[in-house]
Amino acid sequence: MIWDEEFETLPREAMQALQLKRLQQVAQRVYNTVPFYKRAFDQAGIKPDSIKTLADLAKLPFTIKDDLRENYPFGMFSVPMSEVVRIHASSGTTGKPTVVGYTRRDINTWAELMARTLSCGNVTKGDIVHNAYGYGLFTGGLGAHYGAERIGASVIPMSGGNTKKQIMIMQDFGSTVLTSTPSYALFMAETAAEMGVDFKSLKLRVGIFGAEPWSDNMRKEIEEKLNISAIDIYGLSEVIGPGVASECEEAKCGLHIFEDHFIPEIIDPNTKEVLPYGEKGELVFTCITKEAFPLIRYRTRDISALHAEPCRCGRTLVRMDRVSGRSDDMLIIRGVNVFPSQIESVLMEIEGLEPHYMIIVDREGSLDTLEVQVEVNERLFSDEIKVLEAMEARITKDIKEMLGVAAKVKLVEPKTIERSMGKAKRVIDKRKM
Amino acid sequence: MKVNQISIFLENKSGRLSDVARILGENNINIRALSLADTTDFGILRLIVNDTEKADRLLKENGFTVGKTEVVAVEVEDRPGGLARILEILNKDDINVEYMYAFVERSRNNAVIIFRFDDKCTDRAIKLLNKSGIIVLEGKKIYNL
Repeated sequence: MIWDEEFETLPREAMQALQLKRLQQVAQRVYNTVPFYKRAFDQAGIKPDSIKTLADLAKLPFTIKDDLRENYPFGMFSVPMSEVVRIHASSGTTGKPTVVGYTRRDINTWAELMARTLSCGNVTKGDIVHNAYGYGLFTGGLGAHYGAERIGASVIPMSGGNTKKQIMIMQDFGSTVLTSTPSYALFMAETAAEMGVDFKSLKLRVGIFGAEPWSDNMRKEIEEKLNISAIDIYGLSEVIGPGVASECEEAKCGLHIFEDHFIPEIIDPNTKEVLPYGEKGELVFTCITKEAFPLIRYRTRDISALHAEPCRCGRTLVRMDRVSGRSDDMLIIRGVNVFPSQIESVLMEIEGLEPHYMIIVDREGSLDTLEVQVEVNERLFSDEIKVLEAMEARITKDIKEMLGVAAKVKLVEPKTIERSMGKAKRVIDKRKM
Repeated sequence: MKVNQISIFLENKSGRLSDVARILGENNINIRALSLADTTDFGILRLIVNDTEKADRLLKENGFTVGKTEVVAVEVEDRPGGLARILEILNKDDINVEYMYAFVERSRNNAVIIFRFDDKCTDRAIKLLNKSGIIVLEGKKIYNL
């Protein structure tokens, strides 16, 4: 079902004309209101009014995550704080989160986009939406919540955790739609099995899954175990949150990007050249309707490709492939963004530790596990077990404080971690996705 | 009156202990006493050998993490109550034992107990044991048993 028939099925030329108009407006606005963009445009030698065609987008400067960090917390906002009605944040890379703001109109736009997203999964006002995305600074919970309310469905604001209760409520309230991370859906399946609850006896029909990378194999597993149809959605808080792109249940063939709000590009992450449709590269978004936090050419670091052919569901929106990786080394562990450099900085804080470490990510059942192997050297070594165990406990605690994710720390013999020429291999990701 | 002990970090994976034994054996180093402490992930092998310096060097050359510690060796009659008496003496003076292990001498009818005390207490412990008439063995004697 298409929520916004007019914009989701706009002919290409009309869409491009709309995008150009909105791009010109937003470029003008950020140039005048965000000092960072004035500097960046000036350095690139471009004025907002020299944008004449959509191809001129490629002349605009990129925005990267470091820019957001340097302008923490509100430096990238393009409206006065009195216009900001909501603040969200995503997990940070050096302890500081990335902060995003919304005006009243942005919240309305976001609700519309999430209504489109849920409609891609054929959610209607007759549905009961079990929302297990986390509520809070994370955009998932409130994003899905507002979209479901916009449609007129009945929302159960579950948030994450307390899984047995979730299953009970799903059973008793007759939830028909599940919104959560895909790994949490699988965890629910395990918990239900332990409780002796069969998903076939539930009314659940469709799941709207995002916020972490997953695969078609995982989709099959979820669809079988939960006896539902599973939809992949895409979003990131810097762009708006969930509601940037969504698969349709009809085709499940790429995610429709809501291009009347976000212009997508695919670039070569090394040369930064824009790549044509069909080619794989890094996904870049320009927010053309947002008021409080409009980013120009934001480099997501997610690897995907774009396809312009219309979909059989009737939408004319450009589709992106399921995200297949990252152009940086970011890991997503239990929904939390983790950079190996963060773990390294924890280790370097500890007197006597050498920067030889290995990060091993795996999945036990449906939950991600993080193991950090650290080499023991003579400065750290002791003939007493308690000294080494105290060291492990300290590293574990420091990592937990830094990342918010529990890691298992394992001391290993020196020189057992592979030394490589050039860029060291720090991560082994054993998760089969 | 102290004895040199070497300790070796071992990951819990097959073959590591045997690597240590092989390196020492091939180089004619004799193990006098040993103890292995283990956790789920790693172990610490503690050894008293006839040539501490050589063992230390060889193991390091082979990539092991090796530490050296001073421990105290005490001779005790191999009969019931022998250990209890020593521990009582230490306990009365508030000396805490970090760990210990024992072996029986071949030629004589005595047991040797190796004690690891907190570094700050080692000298005090030796004095106390001597004063109480307990035989504290010199390093030489242990290495050449």
